[in-house]
Amino acid sequence: MAEKAMAETMEALPKIRIRDLRKSFGSNHVLRGLDLDIADAESVVVIGGSGTGKSVLIKTITGLMDADGGSVSIDGVDVLQLSSSERHGMMNRFGLLFQAGALFDSLTVLDNVAFGLVEAQGMPRKQAHELALDFMAQVGLEPAVGAMYPGEISVGMRKRASLARTIATRPDVVFFDEPTTGLDPIMGDIIDELIVKCVEEFKITALTITHDMDSARRIGNRIAMLYDGKIIWQGPTAEIDRSGNPYVHQFINGLEEGPIELVTRQA
Amino acid sequence: MTFLAAVGRTFLGFLAATGRLSMFTGITLSHCVRPPVYWRLLGRQLVDIGYYSLPVVGLTTLFSGMVLALQSYTGFARFNAESAIATVVVLSMTRELGPVLAGLMVAGRIGASMAAEIGTMRVTEQVDALTTLSTNPFKYLVVPRVLAGIISLPFLVLIGDVIGVFGGYLVGVHKLGFNAGTYLKSTFDFLETQDVVSGLVKAAAFGFIIAIMGCYHGYHSGRGAQGVGRATTNAVVSASILILISNYLITELFFAR
Repeated sequence: MAEKAMAETMEALPKIRIRDLRKSFGSNHVLRGLDLDIADAESVVVIGGSGTGKSVLIKTITGLMDADGGSVSIDGVDVLQLSSSERHGMMNRFGLLFQAGALFDSLTVLDNVAFGLVEAQGMPRKQAHELALDFMAQVGLEPAVGAMYPGEISVGMRKRASLARTIATRPDVVFFDEPTTGLDPIMGDIIDELIVKCVEEFKITALTITHDMDSARRIGNRIAMLYDGKIIWQGPTAEIDRSGNPYVHQFINGLEEGPIELVTRQA
Repeated sequence: MTFLAAVGRTFLGFLAATGRLSMFTGITLSHCVRPPVYWRLLGRQLVDIGYYSLPVVGLTTLFSGMVLALQSYTGFARFNAESAIATVVVLSMTRELGPVLAGLMVAGRIGASMAAEIGTMRVTEQVDALTTLSTNPFKYLVVPRVLAGIISLPFLVLIGDVIGVFGGYLVGVHKLGFNAGTYLKSTFDFLETQDVVSGLVKAAAFGFIIAIMGCYHGYHSGRGAQGVGRATTNAVVSASILILISNYLITELFFAR
């Protein structure tokens, strides 16, 4: 009975539960008690204007930045309370696609994609390279690209290579930081499709942050809007146009008039 | 009041920076003695620091040895002590000029490059990417550079010492007319093991300082090209100053009576 109750509790528990997350930089309060739940294998997109703390949210969850308060539970474990070595061990389960790719300049594309397999999982280099070529093929990169350095390929290819590196270690939670920023609409569409494909194929729980509404609609099962350090609205992607929230309405339609004040100069 | 506040702020800033550097050094040293060691990266750094710095260190010590012989001759000739030139050259090179000149040259070449490379990686989120790929940035970026600095500098200085002494020999024998055998005999007669060892200890310490300052400033680099540029400058300046200070302290340790 107890086991059944435990199983039901675990089933009810979201994959990621964020409660009262706070982060400030001096007097600038970026996250002011943010709450968000993400179910297993769900793809949630957090939208919000520039400088609203979207990247800070991802960096705080992954431990790249220390939170000031609150909790981030992943499978019931509060990652903010873990020691650095425990958190380091947990990193194996996370993947993060950085805004600019963050490929290692000194390594070839193939070495970049195989990096996590070799360094984090201890796989022999030759085997890791073979697996890396498979992942490169999945994101539409030719094997010949593997021999090139990140500085020798286009922004779109770098993004694909970075996506291949992110999913190569088979993480169960992946964070996408502005995946389509800096890409032309066609390449943005391709990257979105690759993300959807990866999330569905590998049953990944995904949290994407973006201000690109087309991308958000394509990637997310659910969309949440971040404003003034809190989630002010969340719901299924299909319902965002009927949100009834004036902030969401202004943001998704790109309106100048509305409750969101445009910051034109630094205080 | 404003002046006192400024002094206080500067002092607190200095204490904070010293604390950050001490923690950075402590973490680095703790990772130096714990596996895994990235041997490939260590090898690459050894080549970068040791092999590629040879020309600049060689040229610097060669001409320093030559100048030293020439200057010593003009000075010593005033009280008929020309025969001490070979001894002065070899002792100056092994104890002081070899390690300090090599240290300063490598600080300019390698310290700047380390700060720029790690600073750029920091700005472009490559350091964060290492963390998300379960790789400790200290182990991957800092430890190989620090170990390579400690290992490479003594070898560079040893080679620099030989080249510097050879520079003095060239001037002494071919320009000033000393007998080659006598010059070499004077070179080795008064040279003691401690002279060479103290220089090599200094070199290892300088290698550590150069690498740790390059990595520290790169790791804490500010945003953008300006931040990386400032980190590079700070790495070279702080390493150079620390080299000169630690040079005195190590000399005191070895030769104080």
